[in-house]
Amino acid sequence: MHRVWNLVIGGSSFRAQAGGSLWLPPRASEVAGQVDWLFYFILIVSLVFFALIVVLMTLFVIRYHRPRGAESAEGAEHNTALEITWSVIPLILVASMFYLGFRTFMKIAVAPAGSYEILVNAQKWKWLFTYPNGYVSDELHVPVDEPVELMMFSQDVIHSFYVPAFRIKRDVVPGRYNKVWFRATQEGRFTIFCAEYCGTGHSDMTSSVIVHSRDDFAKWLEEASAGLAKKPPAEAGADLYRTRGCASCHTTDGRPGIGPTFKGLFGSSQPLSDGTSVVADENYVRESIMDPQAKIVAGYQPVMPTYRGRLKDLEITDIIEFLKTLKD
Amino acid sequence: MTTIDTTLPLGAEAPADESDALNYLTVRRGLMSWLLTLDHKRIGIMYLVSILSAFFLGGVFALLIRTELLTPQRTIMDADTYNQMFTLHGAVMIFLFIIPGIPAALGNFVLPIMLGAKDVAFPRLNLTSYYLYVFGAVFAVLSIATGGVDTGWTFYTPYSTTTNTSVIAMTAGAFILGFSSILTGLNFIVTIHKLRPAGMGWFTMPLLLWALYATAIIQVLATPVLGITLLLLIVERALGVGIFDPALGGDPVLYQHFFWFYSHPAVYIMILPAMGIISELISVFSRKHIFGYRFIAYSSVAIAVLGFLVWGHHMFTSGQSALANTIFSALTFSVSIPSAIKVFNWLATMYGGSIVLATPMCYALAFIFLFGIGGLSGLFLGTLATDVHLHDTYFVVAHFHYVMMGGTVIAFLGGLHYWWPKMFGRMYSELWGKIGAAVIFVGFNITFFSQFLMGSQGMPRRYYNYLPKFQAYHEWSSVGSYLMAVGFIVTAACLVHSLLRGPKAPANPWGAASLEWQCSSPPPVENFSTTPQPGDPYDFSGLVYDPRVSGYVKQEGAG
Repeated sequence: MHRVWNLVIGGSSFRAQAGGSLWLPPRASEVAGQVDWLFYFILIVSLVFFALIVVLMTLFVIRYHRPRGAESAEGAEHNTALEITWSVIPLILVASMFYLGFRTFMKIAVAPAGSYEILVNAQKWKWLFTYPNGYVSDELHVPVDEPVELMMFSQDVIHSFYVPAFRIKRDVVPGRYNKVWFRATQEGRFTIFCAEYCGTGHSDMTSSVIVHSRDDFAKWLEEASAGLAKKPPAEAGADLYRTRGCASCHTTDGRPGIGPTFKGLFGSSQPLSDGTSVVADENYVRESIMDPQAKIVAGYQPVMPTYRGRLKDLEITDIIEFLKTLKD
Repeated sequence: MTTIDTTLPLGAEAPADESDALNYLTVRRGLMSWLLTLDHKRIGIMYLVSILSAFFLGGVFALLIRTELLTPQRTIMDADTYNQMFTLHGAVMIFLFIIPGIPAALGNFVLPIMLGAKDVAFPRLNLTSYYLYVFGAVFAVLSIATGGVDTGWTFYTPYSTTTNTSVIAMTAGAFILGFSSILTGLNFIVTIHKLRPAGMGWFTMPLLLWALYATAIIQVLATPVLGITLLLLIVERALGVGIFDPALGGDPVLYQHFFWFYSHPAVYIMILPAMGIISELISVFSRKHIFGYRFIAYSSVAIAVLGFLVWGHHMFTSGQSALANTIFSALTFSVSIPSAIKVFNWLATMYGGSIVLATPMCYALAFIFLFGIGGLSGLFLGTLATDVHLHDTYFVVAHFHYVMMGGTVIAFLGGLHYWWPKMFGRMYSELWGKIGAAVIFVGFNITFFSQFLMGSQGMPRRYYNYLPKFQAYHEWSSVGSYLMAVGFIVTAACLVHSLLRGPKAPANPWGAASLEWQCSSPPPVENFSTTPQPGDPYDFSGLVYDPRVSGYVKQEGAG
């Protein structure tokens, strides 16, 4: 039996499958075990049926193979009892798959009361996570063994929050909140993918979930939140540049990205798409952050989302100070 | 058609029978005789050339995609070009190849002859369908020429209403192609209702006709929904009317409902005719009556009806309610039963038969194998909890390629080889036909089975860059795709060679009993000089092999 199991899923036992198998990646959340169990149940049913079909087909071909020109064969044209049997047995099997899938899905869909809530902001091509104290990070930090609920919102097009190790996925849709929850069971770092196609940087819209022990999580959040306030403005601006999504479109090394590079930008004269030009001073930078469509630099598309309400005044000042350090 | 000049000069060789001088291919020559033809057979051939060109184009896009994915970073193109490539691959394959593939090309050719009719009910409408197809294809090509499209073939909003690529040209193309599809469906429905000969009841029709009928119902009822959806998309993009874009007060998930309300039934537009072909092939090449005729016929209709009720299974993670998800999951499983019934009936048909392994039968066996995997892998996706993990990964990509390509394309190739002698009056090399089929089969499995594994491991679809741990799977997949391309080249060479050098085909090379094998190969202009007498299309007892004509003839004294 073990050998068969080995062959089917490429691992020694279901418990050992937690570290990943031929079919599934390592699992690190509460529901993942149930999802995997169901996956293997369907896999085994499928393999049995597939083997049945292929073995019969092969046997019939070998047994009844005739050269061209052979006489036609006689045989039953139908058999109602047989046909009903092979309709009803699959029906029972798929009904059980439906029920098991429904049962586990309801666990995935309904968060336990009192879950730790984190806001998720998706935009091309960046994830931002806002913690209850207002701290924002670009990687998701969570405590282990605690239910975490994500309230997700998109700034632009549809994205999808996907953590393979947790076996969860939920679209992040503009104009509405979609929620997803999980309880991480392993400490460590796990990949977040964007699973809904969202344009040029879709495949780079990845991040990580970092699962801490409960104490470490509290310590991390405290230190990270305090750290930002203590830093000089230009350094804080550099952090914001990295964590709030600027870096996905604006480089600091002079290469053009989706938007103009920040290198040498501040204080320079920028040609605009309407033929005029503008000097990139403090007020221009502020306007471009709050109302990005107002002045578009020539040669670029008007695709930047507004940061109105998402960056505080002091944070914008920090970013401006950071830009000043990139003058040449 | 106008009357035919019967005093055409005959060649030096004496024709074996009168049809040699007067078949539909030779009766008139010149470009205009094709472009203005009302003959369903010629329209079918024009469709065949067109969809094979589309298949070639879509295949080139696929090979470029697979080449780019050989390495986790940039290989041959940038991200924007890659995004256009997979969009064009999907749009061309779906709208220009696979939807019109079996019904409009093979169906157009064989449907009227199977009914013993001279043509479809509305020949002019048939030609109109073809020109709408060409017109729609021109728009699609135009969109490529004017900067391409990068939305994916699904045109999901609000991405599609905000990207700066040629979405309007492509969606307008799909809109026009929809009308082509609707008119073909309408034509087939009327033809099957009104032009069945005396003696052919609904339950003595060949099963391909049931399949094409069920397909036509979907084409007529579902395609208008796609039409209006794409129009709304164009209106939103061009005029800024808020329907789907939340920035304008619309709802992006509404678009997904509209889109899949057509596009899920469209999956059955693709697979039902393929199943119809397989029913013909399995019975003819097992030389035995099809098993469970009524169950197969009803299962086509059941799939067509239930197929309308399952669109929400594309949206289990979209944020639609848990109740809606539950209902759609339950309904989805109900569609799996009619498909399973067909597979078991085909196996029962083979049991105790006289199985002849000609090329079309090899394709039919490949179909059962590949569609088996495609269908069973659908169980993981219909199940709510496992779909959450697998949705939008390569597992889904592998699943629908096993169904669409392993199913529909393989059945199309089987049908093409089956009716090829009838269409062109030439036999192809059985050896090279089978070699082509075998290479395609092996290449296909290497290409797409690796995608199941990387998908369930978590590799998302439509990714330009990917994590290095997925590279080995991608390499296998790409190598498989090159092997498959070799298989297609062999197959194409084998078929083209038959046109130039192939031996003449007899009227009935396979010993089939449906009516299209009672006229000469290729058929005369009006198919039959007198209305043929239909019998049981799966009763092969009266047909014996005659080595003098390398084909089957009616036994003396038998009906």
